Amino acid sequence: MNKFKLDWLILPLIGVAIILGVWAVSSATWAKDLPSPLKTWESSKPYILEPFAKRGEMDQGILRFTWYSLVLVAQGYALALIIGTPIGFCLGLSKAFTKTFDPIIQILRPVSPLAWLPLGLVLFLGTGKEAGTYGALFTIAICAMWPTVLNTAVGVRAVPQDYLNVGRVLKLSRWKTLTKILIPATLPYMFTGFRLSLGIAWLVIVAAEMLTGRPGVGGFLWQEYNALIYEHIILSIIIIGLVGFVLDRLMSLLERRFRTA
Amino acid sequence: MPFLELSGVCKAFGGPEVLKDVNLSIERGEFVAIVGYSGSGKTTLISLIAGLQKPDAGTVKLNDLEITAPGPDRGVVFQNYSLLPWLTVTENIALAVEQVFPNHTPEKRAELVAKAIATVNLTPASEKLPRQLSGGMRQRVSVARALAMDPQILLLDEPLSALDALTRSTLQDEFERIWEADKKTVVLITNDVDEALLLADRIIPLTPGPGATLGESVAVTLARPRDRKALNHDPEFKRLRALVTNQLLGYGAKRKATVTKKLTLPDILPEDLDVPRTTRKRPLRPHEIKREEVAVSA
Repeated sequence: MNKFKLDWLILPLIGVAIILGVWAVSSATWAKDLPSPLKTWESSKPYILEPFAKRGEMDQGILRFTWYSLVLVAQGYALALIIGTPIGFCLGLSKAFTKTFDPIIQILRPVSPLAWLPLGLVLFLGTGKEAGTYGALFTIAICAMWPTVLNTAVGVRAVPQDYLNVGRVLKLSRWKTLTKILIPATLPYMFTGFRLSLGIAWLVIVAAEMLTGRPGVGGFLWQEYNALIYEHIILSIIIIGLVGFVLDRLMSLLERRFRTA
Repeated sequence: MPFLELSGVCKAFGGPEVLKDVNLSIERGEFVAIVGYSGSGKTTLISLIAGLQKPDAGTVKLNDLEITAPGPDRGVVFQNYSLLPWLTVTENIALAVEQVFPNHTPEKRAELVAKAIATVNLTPASEKLPRQLSGGMRQRVSVARALAMDPQILLLDEPLSALDALTRSTLQDEFERIWEADKKTVVLITNDVDEALLLADRIIPLTPGPGATLGESVAVTLARPRDRKALNHDPEFKRLRALVTNQLLGYGAKRKATVTKKLTLPDILPEDLDVPRTTRKRPLRPHEIKREEVAVSA
């Protein structure tokens, strides 16, 4: 395709228009229950035009819901990084540690968030009302942790021997070797892991909110499904996608800043 | 008593011995160049002196103390610079200075760093990151870092072989100047005979590996300071150069002469493409190919 003025704007708009067309035609022909784009817009208006309104527990502006979800994701994600990064370092540094825990990690890694959530709820049953929140946090953390763990481990293993030799010649202490050589050398890998982890954390939020019924984008989606208001499901999907996209962009900007060498 | 002494040093990495029975003694203040083919174990030798690797047999002693671990008393300049890419020139050197002189005041340390950078003429680039520097400048930073540690001995592992010829000669002159200034003990590993002749008091050839060992050392009696241009016409320079080169070439010839092996060749003829395809013989299958042996001696 030749480059022309504003192609970066016009071409994506054409893409959106095509999808809208397919959607409109589908809702008019074979999928009678699917609300049309126009109907979706009409029905979503109060949520979009007053994004921060609070009309009731499960009837709030869409950005307010998004904010709730983001806060929960941020907490779970922070937990994932705090736990995942040191585990990654241990895996990268110690062969014995790797041999001990790698099989477990490989088994736990593919487990779906939907499977973790009930366990999370059970774990925090004792906390009473807050069990849902803690369970959700647990699920986000344990699902989002793995890319950080594995990328950090790969990064640590990939630290050039030359840098370590410098540390040895200078007789750096273990702590200094870690802070002056290992961590800076691993940062690019760590950030790749962080970015993938954030993507997963955002994926998990919907599942967690659906099952716990917390207010948030995912909870809203599930509630509107039960209330048979399908327009709002589509609204939620679009918002979840947009937020995920923005988060990924932000992380990749950060990642670029920390790329060394 | 020699300052640095290697006696009966052997080193293998699981396979054939890389270094075999290496004996070397260097006096304090001496500049020794070790010249050898690439792959002959030069870097292994430096790693042993630096303490980055342990010998399988024999001992490495500095000042009559056996070397068991790396330490800042032996400043190493690695072939690939080994600068930390996330630190600026100043920070790279400061890391070393902090480590070696923890009791100095911060001002005193900053002064040492600045002095080391000035020694290699890099003051204008002191706040740059290694990736913003050319190869020659990076190697100067590496030298400055080694000098700033004020080591007892300087180990230079092919410091210039990754540089272009022009930069290399500039840096050679700089090395000579720096060495003249404080007469440190230096072990220079190189594959360039001219470089060795320009800088060293003594040249020791390393025979090609595996099982490399040090040959007979050649004293370089040329007067200092040595001028590159004048040297080219100096008869003594020519004689020494021929001597060292011949010694190395001799090893090379010997290494080649020892290569005799039998090659197994498949006994097949090329397909005759002029014959029409239908009447052509079908191609041989792998198990039908006969083999014949040919002895080769180089």
